[in-house]
Amino acid sequence: MKFTSVFDIIGPVMIGPSSSHTAGAARIGRVARDLFGRQPKYVKIYLYGSFAETYRGHGTDIAIVGGLLDYDTDDERIKIAFENAKQAGLSFEFIPETANREHPNTARLVMGDDESEMSVEGISIGGGKIEISEVNGFKLRLTGGMPAILVVHDDRAGCIANVANCLAMHDVNIGHMEVSRIERGLTALMVIEVDQNIDERIIEQISYIPHITKVSKINN
Amino acid sequence: MDVLFQNVRELVERADKEGKFISELMIEQEMAMSGRTREVIMAQMDRNLTVMEEAVERGLKGVQSVTGLTGGDAVLIQNYIATGKSLSGDLLLDAVSKAVATNEVNAAMGTICATPTAGSAGVVPGTLFAVQNKLNPTREQMIRFLFTSGAFGFVVANNASISGAAGGCQAEVGSAAGMAAAAIVEMAGGTPQQCAEGFAITLKNMLGLVCDPVAGLVEVPCVKRNAMGAANALVAADMALAGVTSRIPCDEVIGAMYRIGQAMSPNLKETARGGLAATPTGRALAAKIFGGAVMQGE
Repeated sequence: MKFTSVFDIIGPVMIGPSSSHTAGAARIGRVARDLFGRQPKYVKIYLYGSFAETYRGHGTDIAIVGGLLDYDTDDERIKIAFENAKQAGLSFEFIPETANREHPNTARLVMGDDESEMSVEGISIGGGKIEISEVNGFKLRLTGGMPAILVVHDDRAGCIANVANCLAMHDVNIGHMEVSRIERGLTALMVIEVDQNIDERIIEQISYIPHITKVSKINN
Repeated sequence: MDVLFQNVRELVERADKEGKFISELMIEQEMAMSGRTREVIMAQMDRNLTVMEEAVERGLKGVQSVTGLTGGDAVLIQNYIATGKSLSGDLLLDAVSKAVATNEVNAAMGTICATPTAGSAGVVPGTLFAVQNKLNPTREQMIRFLFTSGAFGFVVANNASISGAAGGCQAEVGSAAGMAAAAIVEMAGGTPQQCAEGFAITLKNMLGLVCDPVAGLVEVPCVKRNAMGAANALVAADMALAGVTSRIPCDEVIGAMYRIGQAMSPNLKETARGGLAATPTGRALAAKIFGGAVMQGE
């Protein structure tokens, strides 16, 4: 089931004009910021399908930038997100693409700062609901509706068990988990949806586990 | 996680069997799936209702969008109702004006509640605040109106689509109009089956509706489509309450909507490449609003 709550249908409360192109876009930006772990200094925003055709008219552009500034869908500051981004030291660029993606409302954000760079692809599936479909080249499916942890790690035996043990030690229950890898023995990604928001200190502990290269979280 | 219904047939059967309103089943399902209490869920919907009320009030005072393409029509319709000369009836036109008011606020980047989307946010509140004057519901009944709408929207979203880019305007304003019809029927005292008939009759008449926004904006024809969605919902609700039934069952109508959306050209699904957006005037308006320049940050 793609939609699990009545408030996906009657809601969200949001700044107009489009739930998929404005509210969904803001959420993609905000989840991308969460995954990056802080506000990036620059971002290139690639837009596909309907996003590429209509992003200016729907405020998709200001909404994504607003999300990167941590604004929620009903934050009035979305309207002045471009000016606020400049003040906050976030530079941005929009690149409408002609290639087709699986879903017509897709955006890929390549963001970074002096320390690191990250790419996040999100799709807006309607009514303000989104899914994250790719992180750093890894295909995945993440709704952003549940708190989640993303762990990039070397593809070695025991990595998954070590992370699960660490979560168990902190009494964190796993709701859903997916593991994917680009090639056997190289880099892999764990996507773990959990029942409660994750404390920064748990993230830190996981990052100390051998063969773990990066840990990100989405709180809800 | 306990899913009480996945389609309209299950929804109606369960409502009949347990002697409950459709709104009650939606509330119970939300409690089961979210693990939250009834009080919390009712309070959240109460807040959504307040946002809807404020948007209608604001729109009825008159707003203009940034582009100037839409705004002020809700006021014109209210003034016309006041002359006492309306042909289609005051309640129907009141719903139409309140749907328009909401979408004019949306186009002006005001605060609205997506129902089920922002582009279709006017239909459900438009009809709700119009029938309010006739049926005098309690606040709880008004909140229940939104849960009944939500139950039908939930089925559509999971079995078809509520996105214009995926399914055309039939999936947005079409779904919204069906949702409103079902909720009106429940509020007016109809049976769960009559709610389903109201939904089916409405959506059947919205099938094939393309998403062709001029200049890619949620303005033309979106605002007026919400007006007609509200009118369609009220008439279909009256038909269902009169005992009229749909020969094609509700779930099959939703299935038809999904397949029509799949078959629809991408040019007619929110790309602004076809339909009204591609008319000479539509293109001229787009050029006037956006020129040739590409907006971009530093």
